[in-house]
Amino acid sequence: MSAPEFTIVAEGLRKNFKKTEALKGVDLKVRAGTVCGLLGPNGAGKTTTVRLLCTLLRPDGGRAEVAGHDIAREARQVRTRIGLIGQNTTTDHVLTGRQNLMLFGRLYHLGKRQALRRADALLEQFGLGEAADRQVKHYSGGMRRRLDIAASFIAAPDVLFLDEPTTGQDPRHRSEVWRSVRSLVDQGTTVLLTTHFLDEADQLCDDIAVVDQGQVITTGSPEQLKSRIGGDQVDLLLRHAHALPQAAKILARVATGEPETVPEARRVSAPVTDRLTALSVLARELEAAGVAVEDISLRRPTLDEVFLRLTGSRPKSAQEAEGDDEILEEGVPA
Amino acid sequence: MTVTDVRTPRDAPTRIVAVPRTPLSRLRWAVTDTWVVAQRDLVHWVRSPAQVFSGLLFPGMMVLLFGYVFGSAMTVENGGDYREFLMPGLFALVIIMGVGETVTAVADDAGAGVTDRFRSIPMSRVGVVAGRCLADMMNSVMGLCVLVLCGLVVGWRAGGSLLESLAAVALLLLLRISIVWIGIYLGLLVKTPEAAAAVWTPLFPIAMISNAFVSPEQMPGWLRVVAELNPMSATVTATRELFDNPGTGGTSWLSENALLMAVVWPALVTAIFFPLAVHRYRKMSR
Ligand SMILES: Nc1ncnc2c1ncn2[C@@H]1O[C@H](COP(=O)(O)OP(=O)(O)OP(=O)(O)O)[C@@H](O)[C@H]1O
Ligand SMILES: [Mg+2]
Repeated sequence: MSAPEFTIVAEGLRKNFKKTEALKGVDLKVRAGTVCGLLGPNGAGKTTTVRLLCTLLRPDGGRAEVAGHDIAREARQVRTRIGLIGQNTTTDHVLTGRQNLMLFGRLYHLGKRQALRRADALLEQFGLGEAADRQVKHYSGGMRRRLDIAASFIAAPDVLFLDEPTTGQDPRHRSEVWRSVRSLVDQGTTVLLTTHFLDEADQLCDDIAVVDQGQVITTGSPEQLKSRIGGDQVDLLLRHAHALPQAAKILARVATGEPETVPEARRVSAPVTDRLTALSVLARELEAAGVAVEDISLRRPTLDEVFLRLTGSRPKSAQEAEGDDEILEEGVPA
Repeated sequence: MTVTDVRTPRDAPTRIVAVPRTPLSRLRWAVTDTWVVAQRDLVHWVRSPAQVFSGLLFPGMMVLLFGYVFGSAMTVENGGDYREFLMPGLFALVIIMGVGETVTAVADDAGAGVTDRFRSIPMSRVGVVAGRCLADMMNSVMGLCVLVLCGLVVGWRAGGSLLESLAAVALLLLLRISIVWIGIYLGLLVKTPEAAAAVWTPLFPIAMISNAFVSPEQMPGWLRVVAELNPMSATVTATRELFDNPGTGGTSWLSENALLMAVVWPALVTAIFFPLAVHRYRKMSR
């Protein structure tokens, strides 16, 4: 039996909450065995999309299949194949870590012994071995998150949904989460994750779907997205910040997008397509206008810039996210 | 921290779950899920000293408070003993107070996302609710046991036959089941533990405006009607009859048919609140 190419197929998914049109027709295809990232600003509809695909919400329109089962008609079959890590933790705070994993293991109808073995293996894997017999309410936020992830790994799911899996994790455990996700993917699990962290999307995802205002506005690999918004990015570093508006005006003539100025860094950047023409025109015109330039450089755009151009807003950067200011400093696991 | 193969065959079969397809296997899943969920709820109960306190000490305190503090000023018509009159009222009080426990537990789960996890795994839907119900019943049985012991200590006796006594307990549990649905409905309605606390407030007046502590005959006209209509009163009168305790001598149709009403009221409450609770549960996916 040959496996179908796509594990998640959504067509025109719609969802309304009273007057809010949360999803206005989401189309999404996730190839089997890949990681797809849903990237979008707050309120874009990422969580809603995940909750629909996990059968927690019923769609108001459109259809979707997860692991070959229709999310509306075969919800229970879908549930046997998925693992969910929601935006908020979903473990029982009164029970201990081990009791939680035992509980969910038994609800997956593992035998008592098997549930216990599985619980212990997962606790060990996620660095919760020592906290196994403590009540979850005494766990730190990051530990709760990891317990949550462990709980969704119990049934070795075909499809794993992660809604902001690493929010609130310290760098070490963040890498651990990534590695665990990767190891599942290597064994054939398909992953759909939402994230605000662009480096996470860049590192972890094979494909990215950018969601804005209830729709997928573009999809592609991180590389494709970066080149799609106009090849390269020009950075002008000026000697004096007061010349920024003038430099921006000149840059706008050759750029394919609105120039962005960063006054503190005396920098203005914009995407360009024809790099050589752009450079020579820029050099000439800046000199003619008497703008003192310290440096001109060409580089690939960051995913951050891609995002900004596509949605007109910046996603939360890691520093702004609650409770973890060190995340960006830590390297990304290879 | 090392990364082990998440699917090491010893720990997990590659595909653990197959949904039950035959009615029999569905039933088996539902029974297992009910039991697993109920066990979890009992762990909650044991783990929470406040609940153990309110569940076990509260009934005992009520016996002392009402039996001795108020009891000395109370008279029962036909010259019965007030503490014998009181005990069936306290039995029903413990049952009624149970709604607070149910609401809090259900709202806690909904608020903490535990309900969401239950809903995202292939467990039986019946199991979630039936497990809750089973655990609540077990809690109430424990509360009743404590209360019975306290009652025996202060001189209360079940004067009827064993069968009648069992029937009385059955009526109390019947009332409890009907109240589970109210609790689940309200718990899913309020969704947060904070709001759930508000449910406790009206419980006491509801319990007081009944025949549990004072005979309605001694109340002003309109209050008497309310007290007699209180579903709790039917159960109290019926248990008094079955335990052969004093104070059953009402003259209204309702109190003369207390045994019947002790079945009718819970059935009516269930008929109203069971669909409402199911509706609320379904609404979570809207
Ligand atoms: N239960 C709900 N009731 C009413 N409105 C809702 C509900 N859930 C989501 N919404 C609305 O639907 C829209 C999409 O919300 P959603 O949670 O899917 O966004 P998101 O992309 O996950 O945002 P974030 O990045 O902040 O997590 C928002 O406008 C939100 O206000
Ligand atoms: Mg979200």
